[in-house]
Amino acid sequence: MLDAKGLDGRSLVRRRAGLRLWLSALWLGMLCLAALLAPWVAPHDPLSQDLFLGRLPPFWVAGAEPGYWLGTDSLGRDVLSRLLYGARVALLVAVLAGSITCLIGATLGLLAGFLRGWVDMVISRLIDIWMAFPPVLFSILLIAVLGPSLTSIIIAIVVIDWTRFARVVRAEAMVQGTMDYVASARVAGRGRIGTMLREILPNVLPTIVVLLTLEMGIAVIVEAILSFVNLSIATDDPTWGGMISEGRISIHQAWWVLVFPLIALFLTVLAFSQLGEGLKDRFDPVLR
Amino acid sequence: MSFLSIRNLSVRLKNGPPLLRRVSLDVAAGEVRGLVGESGAGKSMIGKAVLGILPPSVQITEGEILLDGTDLLRLSPRESRRRIGASCALIPQDPLTALNPSHRIGPQITNRLVDILGWTRAAADARAIDLLAEVQISDPARVLRSYPHELSGGMRQRILIASAFAAEPKLIVADEPTTALDVTVQKQILRLIAGMQARHGTALLFVTHDLGVVSKVCQKLSVLYSGLVLEDSTVTDFFTAPRHAYSAALLAATPKYTDPDAGLQPVPDAVIGAVRAEVDSFDRKAAHG
Amino acid sequence: MAFLRIILLRVLTTLVTLAGVAVIVFFVIRVVPGNPIAMMLPPGATEDDIARLSALYGLDKPMVTQFGIWLAGVMQGDFGTSITTRQPVLGLVLGRLPATLELSIMALVMAVILGGSAALIGTRGRGTRTEGAIDVANGMALSVPDFLWGLVLMLVFGVLLPVFHISGRVTPSLDLPFTTGFYLFESLIRLRFDLWADLVAHMFMPALALAIPLAAIIGQLLKQSLKETMNLDYVTLARTKGYGETHVILREALRNAALPTLTLVGVQFTFLIGGTVIIERLFSYEGLGNMAIDAVINRDLPLIQGIVILFAVIFTAVNLIVDLLYAVLNPRLRHA
Repeated sequence: MLDAKGLDGRSLVRRRAGLRLWLSALWLGMLCLAALLAPWVAPHDPLSQDLFLGRLPPFWVAGAEPGYWLGTDSLGRDVLSRLLYGARVALLVAVLAGSITCLIGATLGLLAGFLRGWVDMVISRLIDIWMAFPPVLFSILLIAVLGPSLTSIIIAIVVIDWTRFARVVRAEAMVQGTMDYVASARVAGRGRIGTMLREILPNVLPTIVVLLTLEMGIAVIVEAILSFVNLSIATDDPTWGGMISEGRISIHQAWWVLVFPLIALFLTVLAFSQLGEGLKDRFDPVLR
Repeated sequence: MSFLSIRNLSVRLKNGPPLLRRVSLDVAAGEVRGLVGESGAGKSMIGKAVLGILPPSVQITEGEILLDGTDLLRLSPRESRRRIGASCALIPQDPLTALNPSHRIGPQITNRLVDILGWTRAAADARAIDLLAEVQISDPARVLRSYPHELSGGMRQRILIASAFAAEPKLIVADEPTTALDVTVQKQILRLIAGMQARHGTALLFVTHDLGVVSKVCQKLSVLYSGLVLEDSTVTDFFTAPRHAYSAALLAATPKYTDPDAGLQPVPDAVIGAVRAEVDSFDRKAAHG
Repeated sequence: MAFLRIILLRVLTTLVTLAGVAVIVFFVIRVVPGNPIAMMLPPGATEDDIARLSALYGLDKPMVTQFGIWLAGVMQGDFGTSITTRQPVLGLVLGRLPATLELSIMALVMAVILGGSAALIGTRGRGTRTEGAIDVANGMALSVPDFLWGLVLMLVFGVLLPVFHISGRVTPSLDLPFTTGFYLFESLIRLRFDLWADLVAHMFMPALALAIPLAAIIGQLLKQSLKETMNLDYVTLARTKGYGETHVILREALRNAALPTLTLVGVQFTFLIGGTVIIERLFSYEGLGNMAIDAVINRDLPLIQGIVILFAVIFTAVNLIVDLLYAVLNPRLRHA
């Protein structure tokens, strides 16, 4: 029987999904611009300290200093400039760590799901072992081993999060592998790897894109967490996590040092995940 | 005076087409009324409206459902639920999905007696055993301790029938109770329902698309098309001299109406066209007030 | 006895997983550049001193031999000695375990209550604005990880409306009469509600931060399966018996709808426990996670090993328990 309510609800969901897709893309676009143009748009040198200008509040609070729109931290560094420069690290980690993780994880998942047999057994067992590690602790451990640097962060994210892709892609590839079109490709004389790349991959690609978007958000958070425990990139360069860590200490004296990077992080993570969810709805043939 | 009396009941899909068009019918105490029509004619919708289980996507736009003289639609949801629960019951269509898979059979029969009607647990348990014996289930005590997935479809339908009669309701709605069953089981179940109805003197609203079933079980019937009642008569009148052209066509299309296995054959296009016109003229009249 | 065989198989794969974890942790840690022994000695210690201390901790032997010795010790419950505190690792780790367990379980309870009520309210008001609001809230809660929720809560309930403590497990000046590490539990047993209130005031924010994402998952999944269940025939039948909507949801639909949610909650609960590491750090809560980060910063190899292994044991145990629970709650599996 027809269910008018269901139809209405679905179109409502779609409209809302479209809106959040655009809002997310807008925020991420602005962030990219900020990161690219940071040296030109930042009002101050993000590293320059001036103890006389320490803990200035943001512009709308009494005692603010013109030119320091979002205030300064306890060392007198401009919060807005540090935020803009921090966006560079965040986005760099998001893009690099996200795509490398995706490449490795999806490849392993595809191999396991399509080739099955011992390949699947090895990869599945590895995934099980990985799932038994507390991820945050694992990443901190890796950074401690590798030494704090941008490369280490990216390596740590890749090493920990490849299972996210591998698990899902494996399951999808297994489902696709049983479909008739795969069998007919094989009958038509296509090799195993050829079938995998030409027949299976295009069908799991939407899932991979969604996972990639979500992973970028996760990478931003992991970077922030690592800088929060002082294990991110080398010392001075501004990162959102580092700013949060400093802000946490002076939370009662200068809330703005914590609040602004927190808002930036919050919106970025939300944007990546809403983008992922929105794409999922777009790709999902049932909803479309 | 009728136990159930439906007056001018109209139901529509929210923001959608009407499903019932000013349906009126009566069921006297102890009487069996068949609701006949093609699928989508709205016959199940009537049963659901009476029992207060219309899907949320559907709304009642006008009419009265008088149960023992009280209009259910004017009562608070809570009060109407209480009245329905105390005096009505449902024999559902598909026995495989109508029992909760995670509860044992016993509580599914007895809980409402204890929770809603205030019986003691012991009395309810004894009643359940009697009922299962009455629907010819051997070893009732063991069956009461079973989970639904351990029993066959025919067995589950017997249990659902027993459960429907448990609280001695005044009215039972049987919603195509044999459609989902094997042909061999259908006849037994039909005979069981008829026997139980006669013994307990329960009024029965029997939803079916099968005229053979109607001829065996019912005393009165309503023929529906697209939510419109085309004919309301006694079974004898209907089978000897149907008043509506559509009824006649239905009868003609089911040559062996005494054979419950025969389904509905297609009704001639000309008759369908005439009935559609009747529905349209009804809608036009309704639209003008 | 297929049931028993499945359980045995699960236990076996769990053991294999744990062995894998042990191997990986052991060898990853030993790639650490920078000699932890050198850090322990005062400046000016000779090469000779370093060599003697390395020998004491067995760090001069080949790696495979070290692994053998360590594994043999682990089998007897000896996880080695912490380099920084010079106390047995097992004692240190078990001393902190109750704090982390209490935090995780509190968070789980909060998540079940929050997510469960969101699902029930959403199901009760399905198709209305209430459901829409719950969907939006779930989506938000799900997109943002515990770390950020922790910071947000800290700002709201620590600074704007300072009602909860933002650091520690208990007010340090209080006298603690406890004999076990399970303070929250023991304070109830001893009827020391003043202490209990103080513990809760400390635990509330970290636990809530951990609970929010899980609550959203529970809310979403449970609501969806409840809604599907509510359309089933046996639920409709229950309605005709005179039961109210709430009773129908709770008694007829909830149990069947909860099964698919349960398996997912198991996996998600391990994520929650993993999240305690950073949340404990954020709220300076003296649990395993906080200790782990200190151990990593201090390069305390035996301690790191011990903690990671313990986490792995907890993770796999949770998964095992969920599988068993699933079998118990599902009558079809139990009788198979």
